[in-house]
Amino acid sequence: MRKHSHPISAFFSPFISKSDSVSAIMLKVILALIPGIALYVWYFGPAILVSITLASITALATEAAMLKLRNRPIAPFLKDNSALLTAWLLALSIPPLAPWWLIVVGTAFCIAVAKHLYGGLGNNPFNPAMIGYAVLIVSFPVQMTQWISPQGMGGFELSFMQQLQYIFSGILPDGIKLDAITMATPLDTLKTQLHLAHPVSEILTQPIFGQLAGHGSEMVAGGFMIGGLYLLATRIISWHLPVAYLGTLFAIAGIFHLVDPAHYVEPLFHWFSGAAMLGAFFILTDPISSPTTHKGKLIFAAGAGLITYLIRVYGAFPDGMAFSTLLMNICVPLIDAYTQPKVFGKKEKQA
Amino acid sequence: MTYQEVKDIFYNGLWKQNTGLVQLLGLCPILAVSSSVVNAVSLGLATALVMTIASATISPIRSAVPNEARIPVFILIIAVLVTVIQYAMNAYVHALYLVLGIFIPLITTNCIVLARIEAFASKQPPFQSAIDGLAMGLGLTAVLAVLGGMREVFGHGTLLSGIDMVFGASAKAWVVTIVPDYHGFLLAILPPGAFITLGLLIAGKNYMSMRAAANEKKRIIPIASAA
Repeated sequence: MRKHSHPISAFFSPFISKSDSVSAIMLKVILALIPGIALYVWYFGPAILVSITLASITALATEAAMLKLRNRPIAPFLKDNSALLTAWLLALSIPPLAPWWLIVVGTAFCIAVAKHLYGGLGNNPFNPAMIGYAVLIVSFPVQMTQWISPQGMGGFELSFMQQLQYIFSGILPDGIKLDAITMATPLDTLKTQLHLAHPVSEILTQPIFGQLAGHGSEMVAGGFMIGGLYLLATRIISWHLPVAYLGTLFAIAGIFHLVDPAHYVEPLFHWFSGAAMLGAFFILTDPISSPTTHKGKLIFAAGAGLITYLIRVYGAFPDGMAFSTLLMNICVPLIDAYTQPKVFGKKEKQA
Repeated sequence: MTYQEVKDIFYNGLWKQNTGLVQLLGLCPILAVSSSVVNAVSLGLATALVMTIASATISPIRSAVPNEARIPVFILIIAVLVTVIQYAMNAYVHALYLVLGIFIPLITTNCIVLARIEAFASKQPPFQSAIDGLAMGLGLTAVLAVLGGMREVFGHGTLLSGIDMVFGASAKAWVVTIVPDYHGFLLAILPPGAFITLGLLIAGKNYMSMRAAANEKKRIIPIASAA
């Protein structure tokens, strides 16, 4: 590319600016996760930082090992930050108090199988972090339900050292049971209480729920939304994916809520619970496993929103972000093929 | 029939044209029952037995069967053999029969059985055909054994679990625990585990074949350049 050293060059075509490298984009996406993570630490304690560290180390080690096996240069690919982003997204999707090997197995699987066996960066048809999540929730359902309760809920709160000890050795302080430090997620609680035929208005009065969704977790979701808006403002991600995803989720949840408010929570609850915000701005927007055309992006994200809602309301799993992303990932080649824009000047053939 | 001919048929069946790794035929039972060594090897041996007898039976009558009606005739013969094996398993290894379930009668429709009869037994003399059926069946059994072993070790941390279904309750002591106190990696037992492990085995086989071909080249080139 020609270098524009003189300011006057800005007046002449071609008006092409040097786009960010993969490494810089990935780093910005990782930085945009920080508001959400900070709120996570504030409400749930520092255990999440341990998972993120473990995931990062595993991701880099697995990436280096796979690159070596594939006879690829190691340093340039390690520096592209894509493995780190996968690791952070997976760490944010699983319970922070889960045993250490859970995040290690999950991250290694993401990088080795979901990324490198498909041909490495740029060739993976599925979102690697969501493959890791799906593998873990299918294989280790018990460990994947140990969600930590938010602080200030009257339950016992572990210190950082106690959290570390529990993650690495599974030992809790004397007299403390696992039930005292973990609780069902807001989506889980809602589902089980609805099965017991309680109306929504009564369920939402429980202390686990906050203003919009779960106490604490709604703020974390808000943090991810702020990071996501930063990505939108800097044009790292296009508006199509988050708007179509959140819009579809809002519309379906809104229709169900209007028809029967006693059984279906309001749409904002769906926005701010589970992985919806993280997914809308950080997971669906993975440039590799999402469609390339604007129309395709709208279809892709709307489908994911619909499936997320259906899994949350009718499915066996508490949240549907991972499976809806993976199901829509499968459709991406088809969506791309059907949404190719017309070539300018070319006429449709008359049938 | 020479010794070399038998050797070639076995080399084809066990390695070069292996049903599980190269021909990729009859994958449904491979993927479905290979969650443990005992299940996998049992079904593999039952299939090998059917393939051997079916090939040996069909080869002598190959010129008497009208070409247009050959598929129904072959399938009928295979179905009779499978029925005999199914009853035998029900009588002698009932517990295993219950575990393998529908996959025993499904040997009838396993495409590898019909494929070998179409490709080999309907064109070759009986003895060669029987050897081919046996070799292909044993090749399948070997893949099933490795696949079942890997999935069982990763999934449950054991080997040979369920061996008592074949050799009676006293065989329970033969079960090998590779990893004590294992959490269990459910994915290896579920269908995705079968696909991923089979993919790894195929990749491993291709890698070994490529290495062998490369070595062969290295051995030949010096002679060629000398000439």
